[in-house]
Amino acid sequence: MKPFLRTLALGLALCAGAAAVQAHNAWLMPSSTVLSKADWVTVDAAVSNDLFFFNHNPLNLDSLAVTAPDGSTVKPENMFKGKLRSVFDLNLTQPGTYRVALVNDGIFARWKEKATGQTKRARGTAESLAAQIPADALEVEITQSAGRNETFITVGKPSTLRATGKGLELVTANPTDLVKGEKTSFTLQLDGQPAKELEVTVTLGNTRYRDKLDELKLKTDAKGQFSVTWPEAGMYWLDVNTTDQKTSVPKAKERRLSYAATLEVMP
Amino acid sequence: MQVRYSLALAALFGAPAFAAGLTVNIEVPRLSVSEYHRPYVAAWIERPDQSVAGTLAVWYDVKNKGGNAEGEGTKWLKDMRQWWRRTGRELEMPVDGVSSATRPAGKHQIAVSEGSVALPKLPPGAYKLYVEAAREVGGREIVSIPFQWPPAKADQSKVAGSSELGEVTLELKP
Repeated sequence: MKPFLRTLALGLALCAGAAAVQAHNAWLMPSSTVLSKADWVTVDAAVSNDLFFFNHNPLNLDSLAVTAPDGSTVKPENMFKGKLRSVFDLNLTQPGTYRVALVNDGIFARWKEKATGQTKRARGTAESLAAQIPADALEVEITQSAGRNETFITVGKPSTLRATGKGLELVTANPTDLVKGEKTSFTLQLDGQPAKELEVTVTLGNTRYRDKLDELKLKTDAKGQFSVTWPEAGMYWLDVNTTDQKTSVPKAKERRLSYAATLEVMP
Repeated sequence: MQVRYSLALAALFGAPAFAAGLTVNIEVPRLSVSEYHRPYVAAWIERPDQSVAGTLAVWYDVKNKGGNAEGEGTKWLKDMRQWWRRTGRELEMPVDGVSSATRPAGKHQIAVSEGSVALPKLPPGAYKLYVEAAREVGGREIVSIPFQWPPAKADQSKVAGSSELGEVTLELKP
């Protein structure tokens, strides 16, 4: 693939919920996930093949939302977008569990211009796309996307996370309480309902230093549940993708859903 | 007369003289390393279901330099990972009669009687004593000793750490 096309494809994949290009992983990497007192945490955010090495593209932080244990919003500080990674700092002052999330909710359109026959692409909201797509456009294809990419940090005693009820999301008792050799049960939800029979991939970081990915491929059951027995301590990347027809935009044919989480497992 | 007097006293104070207790001896090993910091140590008792019956001791940097009433060292309490997860994160530091400053290399004793802050009344059953040590720019080690409560007779058991802990002994007093 030509570099330009590749970048384009990646950009599209990112805004379309990363369903199209499986090859690149978008991830958040916090400096700590467990703190015993109020403190600062810094987070790297990048897109790369290797987990978790920032060697490809920075992650766009426009949709960053950090939620404190009491439901209030934490303002990220020192936001920086470099060539290979984005960075931000968080001042975590309350005890409890924080949710650090990139939530993408967008529409992607592709059409052919009648006059030139050229393929055009655009993304945005239903309104902005309605204005952009000419009335005589051919082969208009509209796809809706809903993606969530998140990680969790706990200061002191963990608190219960509230599910958002939107798109794909992971529900578990405590996402910062994972230990090597122990079994953790998760529930995957789609719009607040059990996400049945979806494949979940769980990959241990440091992939550069081993020959095989050795990712765990799991499947949610009829209740949306699955469990992981952690083989090693380290940072893991959990990833789920699916599509459905529950679009909220009239012309959209399908909705692409994605979920990714960075989880730390202690020895 | 003497006997009657002490009996009356014992009745008055809820017979503390007869409370069962336990003594934990913890050896902090002398290590030959270029940068040495005293380890943070936690000692606690778990029930068979891994719930915590009581934290006997937490040694950390309790100094209050920058107006931090919890002590300077609370940032690293999480490094005693198992204790932190099982009970540490539920506690408000410092805990009177439980937390105290770090100890130098050598043998140290923690003696607690049942019914104190550190050791609430334990229903009869199987328990485990855990001792966990974590050292700045060093390692972490955890050892455990199972025991039955209440003890039928005075008893002693021991376990030896291999890196961050020396010998740990548990003495039970009926």
